[in-house]
Amino acid sequence: MQQLTNEIRAIARKLLREKKVEVVIGFERGSMPLRSRPCFIRKEEEVNRLFWDGFCENALAVYLPKRKERAAIVAKGCDSRAVVELIKEKQVQRDRVILIGVPCRGMVDRSRIESSAAPRRILEMREIEDTLILRGTDFEETLKRSEFLHESCKTCTHPNPVLHDVLVSEWLEEKNEDPFADIQTFDALTAEERWDYLNKEVDKCIRCYACRNACPLCYCPECFVDASLPQWIGKSIDSSDTMIFHLMRAYHLAGRCVSCGACERACPVGVDIRKLNRKLVKDVKDLFGYEAGLNLEQTSPLATFRPDDTESFIVNP
Amino acid sequence: MAESGKWEPKILAFLCNWCSYAGADLAGTSRIQYPPNVRIIRVPCSGRVSPFFILSSLQKGVDGVLVSGCHPGECHYLTGNYSARRKFALLKSLLEFAGVEESRVQFSWVSASEGARFAKLIEKVTAEIRELGPSKRLVKTPHQGVFHATANK
Ligand code: SF4
Ligand code: SF4
Repeated sequence: MQQLTNEIRAIARKLLREKKVEVVIGFERGSMPLRSRPCFIRKEEEVNRLFWDGFCENALAVYLPKRKERAAIVAKGCDSRAVVELIKEKQVQRDRVILIGVPCRGMVDRSRIESSAAPRRILEMREIEDTLILRGTDFEETLKRSEFLHESCKTCTHPNPVLHDVLVSEWLEEKNEDPFADIQTFDALTAEERWDYLNKEVDKCIRCYACRNACPLCYCPECFVDASLPQWIGKSIDSSDTMIFHLMRAYHLAGRCVSCGACERACPVGVDIRKLNRKLVKDVKDLFGYEAGLNLEQTSPLATFRPDDTESFIVNP
Repeated sequence: MAESGKWEPKILAFLCNWCSYAGADLAGTSRIQYPPNVRIIRVPCSGRVSPFFILSSLQKGVDGVLVSGCHPGECHYLTGNYSARRKFALLKSLLEFAGVEESRVQFSWVSASEGARFAKLIEKVTAEIRELGPSKRLVKTPHQGVFHATANK
């Protein structure tokens, strides 16, 4: 981890010194153990704030649209995919962003580590290869990093940056097994059971819209949840309003969601946001052969069509 | 509600101006009978139908939604229905995944010359939705109490 950190710092220093960019967007150590947070480095003297470990989970591409400065961004696989989509959607100019690609071994789910250590409090954490060494006032414990990854990282098929200008560290092996087992299992339930499960999830939602704000692909100047003319969804706590919010949030990301999991991690009440997103990721792949953010050339699936697209759902009386 | 007091499904149909609406018109002028459960909203093109139209309709309590446009290749705007087809394929799949009954939301193509097809389509859709019974999922329930009393007028 220290080595990655050093490499990132060196690249950032060079970019700032040569005035290639005005800002480097990366991570710095948070003020609590198990937390790293986004940071914006504009001066060469500050590059030592940059840091890399298994808790750099935010989707940094969220900071790119509308940015006036030329920026460099530290990009994991998912971040780079988000940048690709943003370039395609003309929210980011390719020549105004430099991607510092970091092959990613998956980010660690802080809450699972905390609950495994509970009720003891973790005061310090060190990460060495695949081990996490936790230390508290009266304990020290070693955990296997790979057992505590985020759900979205466990099903990730593109840990390496798909687009990068500079690469940090080494290329990782990509696993290509079908990551949609969870969606198939859920699909096999009855409609009743699926409805009940999702309703229960959605009922937790407090409509804070953190999921939207954390999403690198949610950049509309006026989101449908804020629109009032017409007001498509009510501001009430009626579960139909919340359900429609969730259906439409997922739908608006169809063919655009890069499965970074930022939405789910941002949710303060643990709504299972992934289900609907992943269903659409799967559908878009199955029906239109498209995976978001993999290359700059392929047209977005809802911006195009084929005369022989699926007709199976059309009623023929 | 029918006059007898028995529940009758209420179906909202979004029909494109150039084909399906004209098809419905032809069914009428040809005096072809079809169930009176359908309320028609004319739209310029099936591509104009936003998923919000469909979800809002269900939320306001209609029992079924039908969207119909020109057959593929016959769109007045050339490609509106092709784009719509992709959108609808995903929406339909998502709604089913979420547990909304399969026949609540349906899509079809009816051309301006297919009055008989339109009548048959409405018969089929009405029968299926009647079978399902009144829509409950996604319907907004009026709130009780003073605080919400005006919000749902
Ligand atoms: S919807 Fe969630 S997983 Fe998909 S791109 Fe947005 S934040 Fe990432
Ligand atoms: S972050 Fe969670 S609680 Fe907030 S709007 Fe999204 S799903 Fe609802």
